Amino acid sequence: MKLDPKIPSGPLQQKWERYRLEMKLVNPANKRKFDVIVVGSGLAGASAAASLAELGYNVKCFCFHDSPRRAHSIAAQGGINAAKNYQNDGDSIYRLFYDTIKGGDFRAREANVYRLAQVSVNIIDQCVAQGVPFAREYGGALANRSFGGAQVSRTFYARGQTGQQLLIGAYQALQRQVGLGRCQMLPMTEMLDLVVIDGQARGIVTRNLATGEIASHAADAVVLATGGYGNVFYLSTNAKTCNVTATFRAFKRGAAFANPCYTQIHPTCIPVSGDYQSKLTLMSESLRNDGRVWVPKSKEDTRPPNQIPEADRDYYLERKYPSYGNLAPRDIASRAAKEVCDEGRGVGPGGKGVYLDFAHAIGRLGEKEIRERYGNLFEMYERITGEDGYKTPMRIYPAVHYTMGGTWVDYNLMSTLDGLFVIGEANFSDHGANRLGASALMQGLADGYFVLPNTLGNYFASSKQSKISHSHSEFRKTEDEVKARLQRLLSIRGRRTVNSFHRELGKLMWDKCGMARNEKGLSEALQRIPALRQEFWENVNVLGEGGELNQSLEHAGRLADFLEFAELLCLDALTRAESCGGHFREEFQTEDGEALRSDERFAFVSAWEYQGPDTRPVLHKEPLVYEEVKMTQRSYK
Amino acid sequence: MNVTLRVWRQKNSKTPGRFVEYQAKNIIPDMSFLEMLDVVNEDLIARGEEPIAFDSDCREGICGKCSAVVNGVPHGGHRGTTVCQLHMRHFKDGDRIVIEPWRATAFPVIKDLVVDRSAFDRIIQASGFISVSTGQAPEANSISIPRVVAERAMDAAACIGCGACVAACKNASAMLFVAAKNAHLGLLPQGQAERYRRAFTLVKAMDEAGFGSCTNTNSCEAVCPKEISVEFIARLNRDYAVALLRGSGREAASSAD
Amino acid sequence: MTSFSALYDSTLGKKYIMALTGAGLFGFVVVHMLGNLQLFLGPEPLNRYAVFLKSKPGLLWGARLGLLLLVFLHILTAVQLTLRNRAARPEKYDRSKPYRASYASRTLFLGGLALFAFVVYHLMHFTVGTVDPSYLKLRDAANRHDVYRMTILGFSHPGVSAFYIACMAVLCLHLSHGVGSAFQSIGFKNKQTAVWIDRVSKILGVVVFLGNSSMPLAVLAGILR
Ligand SMILES: Cc1cc2nc3c(=O)[nH]c(=O)nc-3n(C[C@H](O)[C@H](O)[C@H](O)COP(=O)(O)OP(=O)(O)OC[C@H]3O[C@@H](n4cnc5c(N)ncnc54)[C@H](O)[C@@H]3O)c2cc1C
Ligand code: HEM
Ligand code: FES
Repeated sequence: MKLDPKIPSGPLQQKWERYRLEMKLVNPANKRKFDVIVVGSGLAGASAAASLAELGYNVKCFCFHDSPRRAHSIAAQGGINAAKNYQNDGDSIYRLFYDTIKGGDFRAREANVYRLAQVSVNIIDQCVAQGVPFAREYGGALANRSFGGAQVSRTFYARGQTGQQLLIGAYQALQRQVGLGRCQMLPMTEMLDLVVIDGQARGIVTRNLATGEIASHAADAVVLATGGYGNVFYLSTNAKTCNVTATFRAFKRGAAFANPCYTQIHPTCIPVSGDYQSKLTLMSESLRNDGRVWVPKSKEDTRPPNQIPEADRDYYLERKYPSYGNLAPRDIASRAAKEVCDEGRGVGPGGKGVYLDFAHAIGRLGEKEIRERYGNLFEMYERITGEDGYKTPMRIYPAVHYTMGGTWVDYNLMSTLDGLFVIGEANFSDHGANRLGASALMQGLADGYFVLPNTLGNYFASSKQSKISHSHSEFRKTEDEVKARLQRLLSIRGRRTVNSFHRELGKLMWDKCGMARNEKGLSEALQRIPALRQEFWENVNVLGEGGELNQSLEHAGRLADFLEFAELLCLDALTRAESCGGHFREEFQTEDGEALRSDERFAFVSAWEYQGPDTRPVLHKEPLVYEEVKMTQRSYK
Repeated sequence: MNVTLRVWRQKNSKTPGRFVEYQAKNIIPDMSFLEMLDVVNEDLIARGEEPIAFDSDCREGICGKCSAVVNGVPHGGHRGTTVCQLHMRHFKDGDRIVIEPWRATAFPVIKDLVVDRSAFDRIIQASGFISVSTGQAPEANSISIPRVVAERAMDAAACIGCGACVAACKNASAMLFVAAKNAHLGLLPQGQAERYRRAFTLVKAMDEAGFGSCTNTNSCEAVCPKEISVEFIARLNRDYAVALLRGSGREAASSAD
Repeated sequence: MTSFSALYDSTLGKKYIMALTGAGLFGFVVVHMLGNLQLFLGPEPLNRYAVFLKSKPGLLWGARLGLLLLVFLHILTAVQLTLRNRAARPEKYDRSKPYRASYASRTLFLGGLALFAFVVYHLMHFTVGTVDPSYLKLRDAANRHDVYRMTILGFSHPGVSAFYIACMAVLCLHLSHGVGSAFQSIGFKNKQTAVWIDRVSKILGVVVFLGNSSMPLAVLAGILR
């Protein structure tokens, strides 16, 4: 396998513009002749499917949700970054680019990130035109807030529902194309495998979740926009059904998977309250704009928070990172929370929590203003915990939130498989080892609205696709494999539920491959995962039939992939013997406990190539060459 | 605590459904309602019975997927709360809880508590958008929008498309859903060009989907997890009247695009 | 689609018809009530008023036809909408009452049917005279039709009066939701005005009830004789 990132030549600032000029175009009359499959209708998928259909391609869009509007993107709260510099506070494309590279701990590809910063400004224009009701100043101009890892205010937001509003914008654009008959939308249809013919991705095999029908769909290119794999940890801030199946199936069909060990733990989530917990809820990072994080100085201090005097509180983020304070990047803030809790100074049941305190902000701005800014978040907190955040500090704890790793893609967003494009959280492209807040929405929309519609045309215009129909034998073969696997799951009828396996896998991953990792734990995980997987295939109990809605069967199939994928994740974590961004190896830290990178040995993207069942995948390295920025030790002090 | 559940079980849209009683034991008040159902399902599977199919995804009240009528009230009747955010601390030991799917002809049951809400998508396909293609947008700040207008548009745009409004309405009317979309886009300057045509076409699609009409009982507003106001319904009624006066119907029919 | 066909075919169009015809009927109810309240002024003004009405046959029949049209459209549309609404929600929930919907809003159709029955009886009672043909033959001193006497006689049956009062209660309920609802249906409401419109709607319902019921009550109580 050859990893060619296909980075265009020329100075960083001009690469994208120049490249766009050099691209081959598809004649408008010919676009109809190209069939494109888009799997996923989140921000990335919906924006791509809509834009491609607008251009005239023949688009089929799939999602397993009952409606494209329910994709997990809907849950994003805080905002979306763009280098508009509306606040005149020194922002620029270059600064957004630099912040993103630095935030990613110098493990992202320079050219991609620069392009992302460039198109960020167009995204806001597009979304406003679609009717996204972004927050406004009284004068009618767009408002901004600041977010972790940045010293400028460049985040656009719509209350605490930015992801929802952006997704609804993209969803509406997509529905418009569906209504016009230019795009066919297939909801409740899950992709269960990728079909590769002569080295090209030529279609997918799907299961209709309502009827159980297995079907094949052929196309000239397949786009995966299937989101992240955070649920390999079972508990995460992701929606319950988020999964790795699409990209993992692609991996098994030959698309290299990059940096699986880069997982992001978000510092501000509502702590776990019991074993029954089914998911974790994020409290938007924007809360850190006005909330202050602290724990008692002494671990013996059991007083209620309001009775602990200032002198006995440790505002540890402000203490350790004076210039960024409570706005330190996510990985750093999360680790700092873990550290104080490990010291025994954590608060709440089980000592797994720290305070997020608004008393000062309320004193400074008044409760009304705080209510206006974060009212819905406070309500959500109260609904879940039964506590009033205006009166007593909230309790928060880090939780798995985002996955920077994903299918390896080149500058065109094409994977190592010809004709397979991967966009949004599902690819690995722009965030390096750690993603900054409000940058995932930006990336998903950049990919879908502005990058893919260009690069896909170039692919069509410059390579040869023979017409293939879904009756090709390779489709039949893949369908049979898919059916056999479902049948197998249904026929085990063991003694354990799917959920119990998922919970066990999640706990193992969190303990051994969570916020801090070490060689011993990872090696142990690598032994236990195959054993768990074997037990799963012998002892899982999936009731019901395949020919109808069967949520256990859906879950079982997704978990089966997680059980294989988890091993890849741990292997990657073990191989990367350095600490960087979200990947913290205890063996590699500075004296004061910060991540210690090893640029000589690890300044590369790890891209894993599948080698067959129970065979160790092969690691390919894409060296990270920085032409513009200098790699430095990240400091937020 | 222990509660008794009376749950609607239905194999598919063609088979008639019925209520079945289950005991939910050792429920912890901090559990969410759906986590309680998870526990019941784990029990059912252990006994070899098929688990109760119910919808959920984000479990934080934003995706709009969860849908259950709890004791006759969609989402359970706590202000601004979806059923995934409803917590067991609102129930007492020994309570009997009736759980049913959304009931409406336009939302056929797929299985147990899961219903098909694609009718909402069809309404949006008809005209729930501003017709602007990628690349056509002007510079964002060239459109100045007073804060109050943006906030009101946001009030309407907050709809999560869960369908509780339809479920609650004695007529299974989708007016609140449609009115919210009409107001979201119609309040903004960007949405003016298509305002009346949109109102006209939205109503047409709504009627075609088989929803009932609005008797202004306001049940919808009472159960809406995003507390969307029925004042948007008045606005839709207004816009539609203007659309009729302007002949937007003919306009909509003549433009094939 | 033309606006005219949309008015008839769409649920919103039908609701405009409901609201406008309902408003028309409401207007009639109020005027009718005010006219009748002259009962309290004695036979002279009331009987003169009756002659005045009959003296302009064009106007009278115009109004009657207009009312008939309003009633016809109101009922036709009510039946159509109600059938549609029942088809949209064929299965009831385990708990029968819809959440938060007022009793008045839930009983518009059945109440409306009761009102229709009442109107028919009312016409047979006092206009056509089917109930007691002698009513139409009553004459006062000036040899006018003695509407005053007819009313007193009509209401002196406790059963008949009770029926009238019960029907006025139904009308009160219908209007207490209907008047406010009509404003909403034609789009003439917002968050601020809604509170007031709904309040006034309820008050008007009660005023119509009290005004109309006062007549049979006064007869039964012996105040009017
Ligand atoms: C709670 C929360 C808050 C967040 N807040 C922010 C924020 O404030 N700012 C920010 O920038 N980012 C935020 N993020 C991250 C961001 O929301 C996501 O990274 C981003 O939305 C992912 O978009 P996507 O389009 O790639 O994938 P998704 O939105 O996850 O969409 C995946 C789509 O793929 C479909 N799909 C998946 N697998 C299959 C399959 N096998 N077959 C068929 N369909 C399939 C799904 O149905 C879905 O439509 C947040 C994330 C979380 C969890
Ligand atoms: C004195 C006679 C009547 C008056 C003054 C009257 C008035 C009204 C008014 C003002 C409304 C509100 C319209 C709206 O919501 O937009 C209404 C609604 C209604 N009326 Fe009447 N009405 C009368 C008789 C009747 C009769 C005879 C029926 C027969 C069935 C009837 C059935 C209804 C129904 C079903 C509605 C509700 C329609 C809906 O919202 O779905 N009404 N009426
Ligand atoms: S599960 Fe998403 S709103 Fe309830």
